[in-house]
Amino acid sequence: MTDQPVLEIQNLNKSFGALTATDDVTLDLKKGEIHALIGPNGAGKSTLIKQICGQLSSDSGKVIFNGRDLAGMDVADRARAGLGRTFQVSSLVMEFSALRNVMLAVQSKLGTSYRFFKNVRGDKSLTEPAMAALKRVNLEERAHIMTAELSHGERRQLEIAMALALDPKAFLLDEPMAGMGPEGSKKLIGFLDELRHEAPILLIEHDMDAVFSLADRISVLVYGRVIATGSVEDIRNNPAVREAYLGSAA
Amino acid sequence: MPSLSRETYLNIFLSLALLVFPFIATAMDEPFYITLATRVAILSLAAVGLNLALGTGGLVSFGHAAFFGIGGYAMGILASHAQTYTPIFTWPFVIEGTNQMLIIWLVAIVMSGIAALFIGLLSLRTSGVYFIMITLAFAQMIYYFMISWPTYGGEDGLSIYVRNQFPGVNTLDPSSFFYICLVLMFAGLGLSAMIKNSRFGAALQAARQNEERLAATGIRPFNIKLTAFVISGMITGLAGALMADLNRFVSPTMLSWHMSGEIMVLVILGGVGRLYGPVVGALIFIIFEFIFGGMTEFWQFYLGLVLLGVVLFARGGAIGLLAGKARHD
Repeated sequence: MTDQPVLEIQNLNKSFGALTATDDVTLDLKKGEIHALIGPNGAGKSTLIKQICGQLSSDSGKVIFNGRDLAGMDVADRARAGLGRTFQVSSLVMEFSALRNVMLAVQSKLGTSYRFFKNVRGDKSLTEPAMAALKRVNLEERAHIMTAELSHGERRQLEIAMALALDPKAFLLDEPMAGMGPEGSKKLIGFLDELRHEAPILLIEHDMDAVFSLADRISVLVYGRVIATGSVEDIRNNPAVREAYLGSAA
Repeated sequence: MPSLSRETYLNIFLSLALLVFPFIATAMDEPFYITLATRVAILSLAAVGLNLALGTGGLVSFGHAAFFGIGGYAMGILASHAQTYTPIFTWPFVIEGTNQMLIIWLVAIVMSGIAALFIGLLSLRTSGVYFIMITLAFAQMIYYFMISWPTYGGEDGLSIYVRNQFPGVNTLDPSSFFYICLVLMFAGLGLSAMIKNSRFGAALQAARQNEERLAATGIRPFNIKLTAFVISGMITGLAGALMADLNRFVSPTMLSWHMSGEIMVLVILGGVGRLYGPVVGALIFIIFEFIFGGMTEFWQFYLGLVLLGVVLFARGGAIGLLAGKARHD
C-alpha cells in the first residue's frame, strides 16, 4: 500500500486538431518525492497540468489519484480531492487582500461556502488557518495588503499559501520560481525541500539549478512525449535528453 | 472600531431621511409625495436584488423584469381570485386566492425563485454578452406569454380594487404602506450586506473576479452564481409584488425589457456593487421623473444624458461621486 503512487498518469493523450500536445504520457508521483517535469517551451507541460487538474479534458488515458480515477470530476472536485495547484501566471482574486484570498481556500477546505450570514472578517476559524499559511511562505506582514498591490514575487508566494491552505495530498506547482529574484528562489527551494514530506510535488520549472537540487526524479517532456524519466544523474547523462533539451553542445 | 467611512454616513443620512419623509410630506401638505417615496422604496428593493447579481456577482442580467413581473402577477392572480371569490384551481386540490400580503409575498418570492433557478440553470452556462442576451430572451418569453394569456387580462393587465391586507396595519393609508415597503427595503439591504460579507459572499465576489481561481480552490463557480441569481431574483420578485400592490394593477409592462433596463439603470446610476447604490439610483430616477416628467414627455432623454455622464465620468455611480471609491479588504 505504501508503494502505491499518490498520483498516476496513464497513457494520457490530448490533441488540438493536428497538433499533439500530450502524446501517451505515463508518469507517477510517489509519496515524499519531488518529481520535476522539464522540457523546452511548448513541450506541453502546462497542457499536462491542465489535464491533471481537470481544466482540459483528455482524449484518452487515465489520471489516478490516491487510487481513484479522476475521470468525470471537474476542477473544483479535483481540488477538493486534494490536488493543490499553483498557476504559471498568478491567478488570484485581485480586489481581495492576501489574507482574504487564503481565507477563500480555508472555507473551501472546510466545505462552508454556503454560509450566508456570519461576517468573515474576524472569523477565527478562517483567519487563523489563513494566517498560518501566509506565515509559512513569509507573507504574514503583507496579509492585509490588496493583492493587486503585491509584487510579482509576493503573488507567487500567495499562490503557494493558497495551495497550502487546502492541505492537499499532492502539489502541482507550475513554475513557482518564475520571475522571482535569486533571494526569493533560494528561500523557496529550501521551503519546497521540506514541503515534499507533507505531500509530494509535481514540479514544472525552468530554473535548472532548482530542479537539479530538489528533484528526486525528473521526467523530460518533448513535443508532448516523455523521452526520459530518471534520477538527476540519469537525466544529466542521458544522450537523448542532451540532444533534445540541453543542447548537443552541453 | 474603525472610524465610519463617508459612505456609511451617507447611508445613515439616506435611511433617516426616508424614515422621516412621510412627516415632511404631511407637513408640506403634499401626500402625493408619500406615494413617490413608496415607489423609491420599492424600486430600490428591486434594484437591491439586481445589485446582488450584477454588483457582487458580476452577472449582468438584462432579464430581471421577469422576476419583478412574476412577483407582480403573483399578487395580481392571488388577489383577483380573492376579490371574485373563485379558487385558482380545484384539481387535484383546491387553491384559493388571498388578499393577505404576507402570503402574497411568500408566493411572489417562491415563484420568482423558481423562475430564477430555471433561467439561471440555462443562462449561467454562458457569460458576457451571451448571458445578457439569454436573460433578456427569457424575460421576453414570459412577457409575450402573459400578453397572449387571456385568463389574467392579457395585454390589458389586471386591476385589483382594494389594496391587500397586512395584519394590524391599515394598508390603505399611504404612510402605513410606505413604511411596510421601507421596512422590506431595509431588510433587503441588510440581507445583501450580510451576504456580501459572508463566506458565500466571498466566493461570489471571487466568482466575479476570477472564476478559474475559485474553481482551483475547490469551489464550483456555477453553483455559487446560480445560488446568487436565485436570491437576487427572489428579492426583485418581492419588489414586484409590492409595486403591484402600490398601483393596484399589474400588466405585462412589468415584464417588458424596458423594466429590466430601468432596474439596471437604477443600479448603474447609484453605483454598481455599492450597498446603497440602488437607493440613490431610485431616488435620482423618481426625482427626475417627477421634475422633468412634469415639464416634458421626453424626460427620459435627460435621464439618459445623466446615465451617459455616470458611465463615462463616474464609474462608481452617484455613491462613488459622493463617497469616493469602494473600500476593499
